[in-house]
Parts: sequence; C-alpha cells; structure tokens
Amino acid sequence: MFTNEEIATMDQIIARYPKSRSAIMPLLHFVQSLDGYVTDRGIETIAQKLDLSTAEVTAVSSFYTQYKSEPVGEYHVGVCVNTLCAVMGGDELYKTACDRLGISNHETTPDGKVSLERIECNAACDYAPVVMVNWEFYDNQTPESLRELVDGVRAGNPPAPTRGPKKLRTWKENSAVLAGLSDGLAGEGLQAGEASLRGLKISKSGGDK
Amino acid sequence: MSKLTPVLSAAWDQADSFTLEGYKRNGGYAAIAKALGMSADEVITTIKDSGLRGRGGAGFPTGNKWSFIPQGDNKPHYLVVNADESEPGTCKDIPLLLANPHVLIEGVIIGSYAIRASHAFIYVRGEVVHVVRRLQQAIEDAYKAGYLGKNILGKGYDLELTLHAGAGAYICGEETALLDSLEGFRGQPRLRPPFPAIAGLYAMPTVVNNVESIASVPAIIDKGVEWFQTMGTEKSKGFTLYSLSGHVKNPGQFEAPLGITLREILELAGGMRSGHQLKFWTPGGSSTPIFTAEHLDTPLDYEGVSAAGSMLGTKALQIFDETTCVVRAALRWSEFYKHESCGKCTPCREGTWWLVQMLEDLEAGKGSEAELDKLLDLCDNIAGRSFCALADGAVAPIISTLKYFRSEYIAHQTNGGCPFDPVASTLFDAVGAK
Repeated sequence: MFTNEEIATMDQIIARYPKSRSAIMPLLHFVQSLDGYVTDRGIETIAQKLDLSTAEVTAVSSFYTQYKSEPVGEYHVGVCVNTLCAVMGGDELYKTACDRLGISNHETTPDGKVSLERIECNAACDYAPVVMVNWEFYDNQTPESLRELVDGVRAGNPPAPTRGPKKLRTWKENSAVLAGLSDGLAGEGLQAGEASLRGLKISKSGGDK
Repeated sequence: MSKLTPVLSAAWDQADSFTLEGYKRNGGYAAIAKALGMSADEVITTIKDSGLRGRGGAGFPTGNKWSFIPQGDNKPHYLVVNADESEPGTCKDIPLLLANPHVLIEGVIIGSYAIRASHAFIYVRGEVVHVVRRLQQAIEDAYKAGYLGKNILGKGYDLELTLHAGAGAYICGEETALLDSLEGFRGQPRLRPPFPAIAGLYAMPTVVNNVESIASVPAIIDKGVEWFQTMGTEKSKGFTLYSLSGHVKNPGQFEAPLGITLREILELAGGMRSGHQLKFWTPGGSSTPIFTAEHLDTPLDYEGVSAAGSMLGTKALQIFDETTCVVRAALRWSEFYKHESCGKCTPCREGTWWLVQMLEDLEAGKGSEAELDKLLDLCDNIAGRSFCALADGAVAPIISTLKYFRSEYIAHQTNGGCPFDPVASTLFDAVGAK
C-alpha cells in the first residue's frame, strides 16, 4: 500500500484539475517516481482514486511510451534515431550504446542500472546527434562521449547534462518532476546552449547587415 | 537592413533570462498591465489586426481563433497551450521555454483575459524534464508576484494556470488529441466539427495555441500592431523562429521576419559543412514535403512555401547534403509515423505499416519500378482519409522524395541495395564509430 503521505500527494495532484480524470497522467508519472514503472498497485490506486476501472487506467497507461510496464534502469538512456539524428550519427551511436551496455532496445542491464531505448525526435535537432538520459539533454554526442556517458551511469557517476541540472537525477526522481512535484533545481544549468544563441549573436555583432 | 530580428530570443544570452527578475529587467510583464487596461474585445482586435498567425504549423490567424469563442454563454472557457513540440526537426519552443518561460506565461494571461477564460493549461511534452522544471518555477514565481491567481494586478481578473506534462505521444501535438489526453484519455483526435472553440476541453469553448504564437502576444501588445507589421510579408506578418539543423556549419535558432529565404539563413550559418552540397531539406518538419536546391530562394512565409508545393509548418529547416540517402530518410520518417499513429483510423494505422514494409524492401534494393507506383497508390489511399493530419504527414516525405529523386529509388534496385555509405553522412569518422 502507498503511505498516507503518498496518498495525500495524489489528492493534491487531483485537486489541480476541474475534473479528476485529468489527473491520470501526472498520477502515472507519480507512480513511476515511487515504483520505477507503472505497477499493479499503482493502477489499482489510481482507478480507485478516480473512480475508474483498472482497465480504463491501463488503457491510458499503455498508450503513452513514457509509461513503462516493466522496470527500467535507474538511468534510462534514449538515443534519437529519427531521420536527422540518425543520419548525423544516431544510428552509429545506438550501436555504440548496445555494444557498450550489452543490451538492445527496451532492455535493462542485469544490475538494473541502465536501460536503453531508441527514441524519436526530442526537439533538439540543432544539437544533433542527441542522447537523452532520464529525459535530460546530452547534446552533440560522439561515440567517445557516449561511451563516457554510459560508463558513467553504470558506475553511478554520470557526467552532467548539457542543458540541465548540475547533477543527473535518477529515473524516479525525474518522474516526480513530471508529476508536477518541484525538486528546486530549475535555477541550475544553462539558460541556452550555443546553437540556441546562433542567430542572436550574429544579430548583435551586426553580421546580418 | 538587418536580416535577423531577435524579439523572443532577444535576451536569451543573459544567464538569468529564465527568471522572473531577468524577465522583468528586460521589460517583462509590462504588457499585462496594458492589456488588462483594455477591454477583452480590444485585445482580440489588436491581435487580429496584427496579422499574427499560428506558429505551430497550420498558420491560422490567432486573433480570429480567439474571436470564435462564444461570449456571454455562461460556460467556462479554456486556453490551452500546445507545448508538445515533437514534429521531427522542430526545436524552437523547447529552447524558448528553457530560456524564457515567463514570456509564455505573460502571453497566457493576456490570451486568457481576451477569451474570458479563468483557467489555462500548458501541455508540455514529458521528455524534457529541465523545461518542465523551468515552467514549474516560473508559474510558481508568477503566482507569488501576483500575475496569476485572484485579482491580477488589482484589476479584478482571476486566472489559474496548470502545467501538465505529457508522456511521449507525438499525436498529442494534434489539438483535439491533446484535449483528449488532457482530459485523461488516450490521445486520439476527435472528428471536427464541433471545433474546440465550441466544444473543446470538457466540451467547453477552448482555444488551443502553439507556444510561439502565445509568446508573441506580449510584444505585440507592448509595441503595437504597426511595429509588428514592419516585419514580414503581405499576408505573413511579424517575426518568427527558424530552426536550422543538419549538415550545416552552424546550426541553431534564427529569429527573422517571415519571408526570409533558406539561402539567406544558410549564409548567416556559414553555409553547408565543408566540401558538401545541399541535396534536400524540409521547410517545416518531416510532415512538410521536401525541397531541393531549386527552392533556396523561396520566401519562407505561409504563401511562398505553399506556392512552391510544401508548407511552412514549424519552420524546421532540416538540411541534408549529398551523402544522405533519400530512401533511407523516407523510410526512417515512415517508421516514425508508424510508431506514432494513434490507431484510430484504419488507413493510417494499417497504411503506415505497409509504407514501412514497402520502403524497407526498396531501401534493400528489392522489387521493380512498378513498386514505386504501388507505393504512390498506397499513399493516395492514406492521405485525406483519416481524422487528423498525421496520415497526410506520413505520405509527404514519400511523395516528395519520389517527385525529386525517383531515379535514386531506381538506383537502389539496379544496385541491389543502398548505394550510400551511412558513415559518410555522420559528423564523426568511421573509426570513431566502431
């Protein structure tokens, strides 16, 4: 069973919406922040809270790829293999990740540390090829930088995201943020990467006259 | 004349641009005082007069969308911001939200006031945790500063703003699927009519706007319609973010008046990567038919791109050089649409699977030229036969690559496989990839 405190958090999430059913997505993120994936007890509790059947909650959970029906790693690595990233090196990066981790798409290392996923466009194409870990940006990856990254996550000492907090948080910790629970880290990290400032810098230097 | 006009991106080079203090130092939250001093109808008229059009793909005039909300109907109205940026190649809203979430919040307050909404939502994609953090903090700070909540700035206007993180479904960028998702269902598009302006969120009158559209509102209120109209072309007014990616020297965001050309942006970006030539590009994401070097001088506004046979879309300029196999590109995009089809409509659900199978064979050099006609026939049975535009987007890369590069498809067959070396198109050398 969930603790009284956890149940109280669920009630707070539900209270954000004019209609309770809207809380189903943040509640699923919240369950993942506690259990690491969408567990049966999570489904049952959400169903009970929202006055839905477990089938209705499962139908929603299974529709969205970020909700996992099985445990993923403490660090979930996503390699973008949509066209642009793939062409720029994402396909090679995916192979590098598979080789280094000894796993393939939707698999987790036996120690439970790292899982791997082929992901679609993550809205950072000007930083291609892109890798995400726990949905934090690792921009402009090369096979070398990716090997360092996956070695780091396996050792529990990952490098910092390119545009994100100073220290990479775990899958569960980041799931809590997606449920709408602040971790107080919004102030950390860059306001904008180099590519985001490209046009602005040219404009300021008068290079567009 | 300056070719670039940073407005949304003007303060992104300041380290605290995402904070309330940073935003206010640069003149932020001045526009809401002005807007709340106007009547709601005056705000709508101002945005209508400015000519601002939706920056999320379809280009529908923003002020008109707002004016469709029935007034005096005694129903709750909602403003919903579509921050589910996921169209392949599109990467403008995410850097905007990372660098300046407050400009969106200020736009939300003005837009909600205009359409008489007292509750607004931002639906942000879930795969960008740091952006979610920045939005959470900005909303919290805006509440504390009295820009959200009860009696905003003492003007008697109340607004609640809820941030909602998605969970990895491209289809939720389609406005009616987004609404279903926000209501707690699987994100599947609705049949229209009724349009969201009549029956949107919880079947109430709702406006769904893209991040960049709403973020453009404070500047228009602050600086005026005339200022906005000094930029852009006759029917495509104002500034916008162009996102350049791919085989170019300096990819990134370029904020410019609508109507700039790829040739001009490429020049600013230092051109293609050394020793390579432009082969094909998308003007507005993978759902917009590709262009080639012959379109370098096409004005990148709604009319110009449309007249040349594509769509301005999200202004996601994905640039590919001569090392890129066009069949591989089309196949990979097709795999994306297959993966993201929500499954509601049969032509899209089944058709995207067929497209992938056929393209896999073509990329492997199997089949005869007759397969190409079968492929086009299949596209013809998918496009326009589904509830939403995902199906149309799915066939756009195929039809357009066949239009410009049919011989390359055939070369795969005569060659018995793909004639390209995929390593040549990467940014790192072959040795590094091993």
